[in-house]
Amino acid sequence: MSKKEVLMGNHATSYGVQLARTQVIAAYPITPQTQIVEELSEICARGDLDAKFIKVESEHSAMAATIAASKAGARAFTATSSQGLALMHELLFWAAYGRCPIVLCNVNRAMAPGWSIWSDQTDSLAQRDTGWIQIYCETNQEVLDNMIMAFKLAETVNLPVMVVYDAFILSHTYEPVEIPDISEVDKFLPPFKPKYKLDPSAPYTFDPLCTPDNYMEFRHIMEEAHEGTKKAYLDVAKDFSKRFKRKYGILELIDAEDADILLVTSGSMTSTTRVAVQQLRKQGEKVGICKLRMFRPFPTEALKDAIGNLNGGHRIEKIAVLDRNISHGGGGIWSKEIKGALFGMSTAPKVFSYHLGLGGRDITPDTIKEAYEHVKNNDQPKETVWIGLKR
Amino acid sequence: MRTDPHLFKQGEAIQNYEQKELMTSGHLACPGCGGALAMRMALKELGEDLVVVIPACCWAVIPGPFPYSNMKVPLMHTAFETTGAVISGVRAALDIQGKTETQVMGWAGDGGTFDIGLQALSAAAERNENVIYVCYDNEAYMNTGIQRSSATPEYTWTTTTPTEFPEASPKKNIDRIMAAHAIPYMATTSPAYPHDLMAKFKKAKEIKGFRFIHILASCTAGWKIDSARSIEVMRLATETNAFPIYEVEDGEKYTINIEPKGLPINDYLKLQGRFRHMNDQQRESTQRSVTKNWEWIKKQASNS
Ligand SMILES: Cc1ncc(C[n+]2csc(CCOP(=O)(O)OP(=O)(O)O)c2C)c(N)n1
Ligand SMILES: [Mg+2]
Repeated sequence: MSKKEVLMGNHATSYGVQLARTQVIAAYPITPQTQIVEELSEICARGDLDAKFIKVESEHSAMAATIAASKAGARAFTATSSQGLALMHELLFWAAYGRCPIVLCNVNRAMAPGWSIWSDQTDSLAQRDTGWIQIYCETNQEVLDNMIMAFKLAETVNLPVMVVYDAFILSHTYEPVEIPDISEVDKFLPPFKPKYKLDPSAPYTFDPLCTPDNYMEFRHIMEEAHEGTKKAYLDVAKDFSKRFKRKYGILELIDAEDADILLVTSGSMTSTTRVAVQQLRKQGEKVGICKLRMFRPFPTEALKDAIGNLNGGHRIEKIAVLDRNISHGGGGIWSKEIKGALFGMSTAPKVFSYHLGLGGRDITPDTIKEAYEHVKNNDQPKETVWIGLKR
Repeated sequence: MRTDPHLFKQGEAIQNYEQKELMTSGHLACPGCGGALAMRMALKELGEDLVVVIPACCWAVIPGPFPYSNMKVPLMHTAFETTGAVISGVRAALDIQGKTETQVMGWAGDGGTFDIGLQALSAAAERNENVIYVCYDNEAYMNTGIQRSSATPEYTWTTTTPTEFPEASPKKNIDRIMAAHAIPYMATTSPAYPHDLMAKFKKAKEIKGFRFIHILASCTAGWKIDSARSIEVMRLATETNAFPIYEVEDGEKYTINIEPKGLPINDYLKLQGRFRHMNDQQRESTQRSVTKNWEWIKKQASNS
């Protein structure tokens, strides 16, 4: 029987990892992620999870050991934030290009300097090109469910998955979360059985020197796997919803049917945006939300489809992309991706970009409404607009 | 006290040794590469129930490019600085699958061990992971074209320490660093002494916990030596006390395994182009430091 408990986001992760019967965990402490591995240590100590926990001396080694465990045939997990994720950068490529189906939980935290432990997506979005699947969560329930689905997805497409959520806003905030029964999860997620692993009875060499004769083919094969990931996620989510009655897609539309303007969100700011949209709707505004769950692979077709195929061919005039991140010299990272995805589409809406909430600055319904007012009252998008900036 | 050289007689050809050959011909090592010889001998003793991990170093190239491999044991290549962490991860995964008897061996160069990989190595040793970590030490970054490492001896020429400004600091003493971790087994050895090298792998295989084996590995290109004299040069390293062969158990029990003749250091230096520019003063200074190190080891052994 599933049970309902009030959990902080970080413990939702720990339970997800436990329910997935993870076999090897290697991790290093960093705020705001630390409670994930503290709780996992407790879970292992209680005997509720039969896993090896390697207390490594750095995140770099955490990722290295996780990759190694995966290559040797174990289901493996690690968790980190900002500085730790940045330290892993080199190894993130090793994980993805080495086709390791490992799962990493990244709690979004701003990059230093100045030291900040608060929410900001730049840490994970900056790992865009490492070949990892990235999934962003809005609630603690999504965190737990996507943690379990992440293992299934990773092992289906042989790519590593990063499950991402906001520092404190989710990581340390308690919400009611339904915890599935492990026997049900076992049926959804069978034991990890890789086709190839480090095994003396079948001695393969993994990840050797690769000349220009072959390198490109490996990139192409992996790119096909990424393309296949979008459908694979939907299949995994469908199976999940059949068993656990909660539905997930790679993006979600809220109040979009008759909207003139869509606010594009990711992570926990979506909940705040829901509140703002309710208030705006009461005032007669035709505004909706497009919530993006998947950043890599980027859901280009799904986005075009969502925006282009509304009931009765209804056309969205403008979209406002809300970026809690910055690529200095390049603007908001989600915005850039979305502009690229919609370019050349005859019915493409005008794309407006907003920076907000950087380094953990509060995003309130008023912040969202300020962005909405701006997009509504401007005809053409110019440069990225900063919301809530002190001048 | 010596480790019993019971495996085969001094001077007997290694081919006669009955253990299985797990490294095949067709590899890409230079003729006379000490690192290639060492791997072949080590694998003979470790046997097939083994996983090998290799970071960036010459040995990342030696097994051959995809789709080739000269290794008959499972091999995982990994990033330069990760060997200590990766062997820990492989160990954990094998253990959780019940394969506790399979040996896990990391095989890294001196750069990957003394320098960039030291942090992960120290951590794995401190956790006393049940693995074997081998450093084949050719005393520079050879794969990238002979740059100095902290294993490069004082006064050595490399491409980053030109003869006008040769290597300024003495070789880092990795053996004492590892012994200070109080690991079950730390040993030095050399392919010039196959019986010693193989006996040490045989012994290491029987020990549980972290085992560190430091192997001197000649590099004909980097040391500027004649490939036909590779073994002779490595032998002289030990005979002149430049590379003493000994072992340390549990961080305190020192045993000297090869009793050197104590030949003058110049016998070793003069065969190598990398030392050719050295003046008398530098040679004398090198003589003093190898003697001092040797006396220290002898003292530890006699106190053990
Ligand atoms: C992070 C990183 N920095 C630098 C390199 C380039 N690199 C590859 S091998 C190598 C030198 C290896 O030296 P050593 O460990 O002594 O092994 P050897 O090649 O001498 O056998 C270097 C610097 C790398 N692969 N990764
Ligand atoms: Mg070297």
